[in-house]
Amino acid sequence: MSMRESITSVFKRGNSISEDFYALKDISFNVEAGECIGIIGKNGAGKSTLLKVLSRITPPTTGSIISRGRIASLLEVGTGFHPELTGRENVLLNGSILGMSRKEIQAKFDEIIDFSGVENFLDTPLKFYSSGMQLRLAFSVAAFLEPEIMVIDEVLAVGDAEFQKKCMGKMEDVNKNGRTIIFVSHDLNAVQNLCKSAILLKDGKIFLTGESGMVINNYLHAGSHASTTWTQKEGNKHPHFNTINVKIEGKQPHLKLVVDSSIKCMPEMAASFISYDIFSKLGTPVGQAIPNLDPFVKPSGEVVNITTQIDLNGFIPGDYYLDAWIGPHFSETYDWQKECIEFSIVESPQLTRTYPHYPAHGFIVPESRNL
Amino acid sequence: MYICPVEYEIKPHQKLNLGLKEIWLFREMLFFFTWRDIKVKYKQTVLGFLWAIIQPLVLMTIFSLAGSALSIPSENLPHPLFTFSALTLWMIFSTGITNSGNSMLNNANIIRKIYFPRLIIPISSVFTALFDFFMAFLILIGMLIFYHNRISFDWVKFLLLVPVSISITLISTFGIGSLLAALTIKYRDFRYVTPFLVQALMFLTPVIYPISMFHFLGSKYVLACNPMYSAIELFRSTFNGQVLELRLVGISMIFALMFLISGIYYFRKTEAYFADLA
Repeated sequence: MSMRESITSVFKRGNSISEDFYALKDISFNVEAGECIGIIGKNGAGKSTLLKVLSRITPPTTGSIISRGRIASLLEVGTGFHPELTGRENVLLNGSILGMSRKEIQAKFDEIIDFSGVENFLDTPLKFYSSGMQLRLAFSVAAFLEPEIMVIDEVLAVGDAEFQKKCMGKMEDVNKNGRTIIFVSHDLNAVQNLCKSAILLKDGKIFLTGESGMVINNYLHAGSHASTTWTQKEGNKHPHFNTINVKIEGKQPHLKLVVDSSIKCMPEMAASFISYDIFSKLGTPVGQAIPNLDPFVKPSGEVVNITTQIDLNGFIPGDYYLDAWIGPHFSETYDWQKECIEFSIVESPQLTRTYPHYPAHGFIVPESRNL
Repeated sequence: MYICPVEYEIKPHQKLNLGLKEIWLFREMLFFFTWRDIKVKYKQTVLGFLWAIIQPLVLMTIFSLAGSALSIPSENLPHPLFTFSALTLWMIFSTGITNSGNSMLNNANIIRKIYFPRLIIPISSVFTALFDFFMAFLILIGMLIFYHNRISFDWVKFLLLVPVSISITLISTFGIGSLLAALTIKYRDFRYVTPFLVQALMFLTPVIYPISMFHFLGSKYVLACNPMYSAIELFRSTFNGQVLELRLVGISMIFALMFLISGIYYFRKTEAYFADLA
């Protein structure tokens, strides 16, 4: 509201149309000391608002939160980083902003720098850092926060995979040391790996609370989370994919991805074959499925439907992308739809496994047995 | 040790209190904000801290040239000393309120992500301005020594009244600064109001002229409604040998307190929603 509006609103009485909107309503839950709780939900479900209220950035309109312990909130890494200051100065500043005392920062300074791996550039202004280096430095400060209660937004969604793993490990340590973590993320894997219990928010209300695997499953099946359908939007004079549909069938460890593709063929094309590439959410190639090495898609003016079954034996839980490709030869491409399909695997291929899966150990758990 | 209370309740907008206790808990963050602002201010400058002195010195030269050319009275003080003494305090006030006016917007990214008592941002803006003052103060001491034959310097007054006048300056800077900070975050109009206000106020403050220039008592009272009047008048009285017009100084000090109270009141009243408005 500008000043003019607020001045004029004094003269207009009663004709302003406004409706109360509550980003959160009837939220009530307990988090025990040492518990790690995940908060999931679609965009707009109220996750960020809940975090803002928990970290005292926005006051609740009604209701209250009782906290028995020091809350540190990590809604962002590198809050308050200043490009003109050196790496060393930024560590001091950022540490203080996140709630560390000066003594504490000084005590942990060497560890923080070690963890970040930027020791050679400590006295260089931050503006000369690469964005990756800035991020590592920011993460490192955050990783050494040791409050009793930690409120974490999706800060782990950035950074390279190795560093993410390092941070997840650090967070588990923090949790093992008896600290309480409240973790909001879209990364359901991270929630499942880290949190025993989870809260599913829907339209500002608690939809479900319980064991994290159960809540995540419910969330995945409740809504159109993954884009399991893809439709071509632009015309193309080459042979191309029109639509692609996938569904997951079977049970771990023998999941099957069934891909239905309709392909528009052309009379003057060369006979072609198709391939499906599977990538992890982080972009790591997981595997390439080529159902038929012979060029089996023959020239015609028609739309052909091809159904392919891809075995996902031993795939670890996570989000995956699918690329669809068609061409007459591996060096010639007619159509290549990158990341057109997204699908998620929720359960571990090892049904009795309780400890988490890390992408760093690969995406497939091969079936194995002692002889 | 973490800098927030161990057990607390997060409630809908709390009733008004000063929150001094909490600011004390967050004193290290206040220190770091001030430290950052001072560091950043002089980063990548060749002259560095010298800028804190150059600005008042240049203004002093211009004003004392103009003052002696127009033969504006200067309470029998040499013109450079007369203007510079006021300028040192005035610079705290002007940079302090300009910076605190913009401070909430400049720190919006932190306000949106981290909780801390918001008042420490305008406070740190004032402290940053105070740092510049101490640099200029050294020059002022040099000038007092240089002109010691032409002034009636009073040691006792100096030691007593200089801290008082600095305090008045800080109080009024902080009061008006926090008021402007809270207003600017809601009404961006104040980004344009503040610099203009500072400029206009300077001519209403006896920086380049003495208030004794005015013979009509009414205009003296109007000018004394300015909190900076008492700060500058007390400061100069330690070496100009003039008798203070206590009633005018009192009015001005009351205005300083009023600005402090209304500034903090408005700030505390609106601060809960800064994160949404920033």
